[in-house]
Amino acid sequence: MSQADLIPTIGMEVHLHLATRTKMFCPCEVRYDAPPNTCVCPVCLGMPGVLPVMNGLAVELAVRMAIALGCTIPNFAKWDRKHYYYPDLPKNYQISEYDEPLGLGGHLDVELDGETFRVGITRVHLEEDAGKLMHAEDGSNTSAVDLNRTGTPLLEVVSEPDIHSAQEARAYGEALRQLAVYLGVGHCNMQLGQMRFEPNISLKIGDAPDGSPVYTPITEIKNLNSFRSVERGCAFEIARHRDELAADPQGYTLAKQGKSTRGWNDDRGVSFLMRSKEEAHDYRYFPEPDLVPFVPEPEWVERVRASVPELPAARRKRFIIDLGLPEYDARVLTDDRAVADFFEQVAKAVGDAKTASNWMMQDVMRVLNERNVPIANLGVTPAALAGAIRLVEKGTVSRATGTEVFAKMVETGKSAQAIVEDENLAQTSDAGELEAVVDAVIAENPDAAQEFAKGVDKAVGRLIGMAKQKTGGKANPKVVRELLIQKLRA
Amino acid sequence: MPILDQTACDLRNALRQGDLSSAEATEAFLAAIERLDPTVRAFVSTDADAARARAADVDRRRAAGEDVGLLAGLPVAVKDNMTTADGLPTACGSRILEGWHAPYNAHVVERLTLADAVIVGKTNMDEFAMGSSTEHSCFGPTHNPWDTGRVPGGSSGGSAAAVAARLVPVALGSDTGGSIRQPGSLCGVVGMKPTYGRVSRYGLVAFASSLDQIGPLARTVGDAALLLQAVAGHDPRDSTSVQEPVPDYLSALDEPVTPLRIGVPKEFFAEGLDAEVGRLARNAIAVYEGLGAEVVEVDLPHATDHAIATYYIVAPSEASSNLARYDGVHYGYRSSGHADMIDMYMRSRSEGFGDEVKRRIMLGTFALSSGYYDAYYKKALKVRRLVRQDFDAAFAQCDCIMGPTSPTPAFRMGERLDDPLTMYLSDLFTVGANMAAIPGISVPCGFTDDGLPVGLQILTGVFTEDRLLRIARMYERETDWTDRRPPVCEESA
Repeated sequence: MSQADLIPTIGMEVHLHLATRTKMFCPCEVRYDAPPNTCVCPVCLGMPGVLPVMNGLAVELAVRMAIALGCTIPNFAKWDRKHYYYPDLPKNYQISEYDEPLGLGGHLDVELDGETFRVGITRVHLEEDAGKLMHAEDGSNTSAVDLNRTGTPLLEVVSEPDIHSAQEARAYGEALRQLAVYLGVGHCNMQLGQMRFEPNISLKIGDAPDGSPVYTPITEIKNLNSFRSVERGCAFEIARHRDELAADPQGYTLAKQGKSTRGWNDDRGVSFLMRSKEEAHDYRYFPEPDLVPFVPEPEWVERVRASVPELPAARRKRFIIDLGLPEYDARVLTDDRAVADFFEQVAKAVGDAKTASNWMMQDVMRVLNERNVPIANLGVTPAALAGAIRLVEKGTVSRATGTEVFAKMVETGKSAQAIVEDENLAQTSDAGELEAVVDAVIAENPDAAQEFAKGVDKAVGRLIGMAKQKTGGKANPKVVRELLIQKLRA
Repeated sequence: MPILDQTACDLRNALRQGDLSSAEATEAFLAAIERLDPTVRAFVSTDADAARARAADVDRRRAAGEDVGLLAGLPVAVKDNMTTADGLPTACGSRILEGWHAPYNAHVVERLTLADAVIVGKTNMDEFAMGSSTEHSCFGPTHNPWDTGRVPGGSSGGSAAAVAARLVPVALGSDTGGSIRQPGSLCGVVGMKPTYGRVSRYGLVAFASSLDQIGPLARTVGDAALLLQAVAGHDPRDSTSVQEPVPDYLSALDEPVTPLRIGVPKEFFAEGLDAEVGRLARNAIAVYEGLGAEVVEVDLPHATDHAIATYYIVAPSEASSNLARYDGVHYGYRSSGHADMIDMYMRSRSEGFGDEVKRRIMLGTFALSSGYYDAYYKKALKVRRLVRQDFDAAFAQCDCIMGPTSPTPAFRMGERLDDPLTMYLSDLFTVGANMAAIPGISVPCGFTDDGLPVGLQILTGVFTEDRLLRIARMYERETDWTDRRPPVCEESA
């Protein structure tokens, strides 16, 4: 077997914070900017005698995500306690869902370089996040604990090992993020630690004599918090597995070495061993007796299902097929749900999707990128943009002036109509008024008629420019052009 | 009648009619505590000043014609595993929580406060409610008022002894495997465990979450009904507390349940039962027959031996999880002189917990371990279902089940400390109710030749506390066991 035949086989565990105002089991606010230990109460501090109460919105968001991933929503899910001792976990157990999670068996279609691959979703479940330790760097060997994050609703999506390269791992992570944001399930701000990735990596070596596949030992990289680190971490592990296998072709197998857990040093770009198979935790899971099982009414599940919006892939397809947009435009416009919604409102108001798309691509996206703001902060409503587009379509202003008008709308918040009126930007389309201008231009350029006769179209362009100059830019180029051709031909 | 000898219901009437002030009542019980508690050691903490202030406030409000609560001005005691935010510490009989002050009140403490009760102090208990003798407490043991060389039972031994010694008219206890009913029986008072979910567990320091339930210890059935009335009901902070409405337990208390069919399981009169206890329990059942009740034999094949075996899987498993939080990191006892984090965990827990608690943490940790979970915890849950089915089947044939509460009367202090298995059998007849979530009550049914009280246990179906209380009251009306005063009261009187 050659090294080239080794197939990377990757499953991902993705954790993301749900977009709830309060924590999973207590009414504390979820905040990322608060001073340490100020968003806490006896419940999330795990004090004696307190009890958890389930956050209904967190469950709804989790089920929405599970539905969007095509999961089955079982009619019974339960909470379990997962035990391990660590100072950022005040109860020394985490409330999670172990063997009966709220979503089972779905998939996500991911695009990479124009190709689509499907990743199976094993399960979706809810749990509570832990706090944060801050290790002193003064050599005092002490750590401070901040429990603001403790109890933040955390959604875990576990995939099947259907990912076969570092690039695919990254693309899967990005697709999952897009979906969660699209659904309003999570904000997925990577800088705030709202999304974390744990790929499980091994290489398929070949098949055993009995036909069962043979793999290299699985390594799980813990707590990757950027797409870049997902891609680099997976690539590093794939290469490391190849080297290990080359050094020990018989011994470096899953059957012989099991699973280990590794950390990722992003500065050095290397992974390092955290726990071998022998040191694996025994989490002593058992059903959480302080919470009742989650038994959703079928009507409730259907209501959540109905709240799932059209997903990016389906929307993209519809923009291409039904609205006739180019694939590139359709992709740009569907990446962000708010942008897609904005576009659809503009298209509807204007009555022409392609024109609306042009404006979105050329004007709106440019402003958003320049200013690095979400479309909600654009300061221009879809109706206002449609107003600007209509002025161009009617010929009140030129397309180029339209872009200027839009930029002024963004700056001032005024309507297109008001800007055109205030700044006297409307162009002159009156043929009688423009005829004199055209005559003058022709008179000033005696060789123009000759050039035109030779079929040099450039001449017309030059003359239009001159006509515009004479009118202070207000001459409607279309009308001028028609008049010029008419007169030069004569 | 002296204040101390009056029932809670009598005191309440006297307070309402203005024949007695809360200040007088509170003063009388505080004096009794001062006089007798050095002998009984039922209390681990008291706050006389706060109690006096509270009593004065209730008196003033009542005099001003303001509306006052159900227990207005009545002194009560609370087991030390229920959190109290104002003044009194909450230690659960454990060194690991010694001196810890909760920043929040337990739901029951809130309810008592809303009812305008006067909380005089917190009562002793086996550490984290693990035990049947109140000897496993970092504060030392509580003594049985009927014989101070004997245990009061446990784990709510402090509350039972306090009521028996008339240091307080009523007290709250908690019952995980019999911890209200067994000390009630051994101290000659009424002890009741309501249906699981009837009373909120918010602020009850957890031992075994799926079994723990708060209930009253009282001199009479009526007093137990009064205290239950004050604390029962749904609490949104406890997901396992139920929405069932709370009936008026007091208004129909004296109405007998007729016809009444009593189920008597042979399993409650099996080997290991003290002969005198068995005789007294049978006599009590005969009193019901005298009132026209019919006795039928029922089978509870899993409710004793199997129940106790599975109880000692389920309860320690949950305890090992619930007690994981006591690690010296965030609050409570932290060992000094640790080398590193793991060492701090180990030392804090080794030094902070007593032997019985450690024993159960180890049992539970083992039972939940990978590779053993199916054989122990999962199997225990299956047996638990069988216990529940036993009771369902029995209640199809009868209105209630009766038998002795505890296999023996109060035993000598120290007698079972080195023999945990014998100690565990103290709960042989009581754990079934916890496993099945049903309510149970222990009512005094006589005394042994040595003058030790014995209790009759009565069990009914879920959320039928009103009927359970009425059935218990039928017997109480025919007898006068509750009028007897324990020797400790006479000696120092």
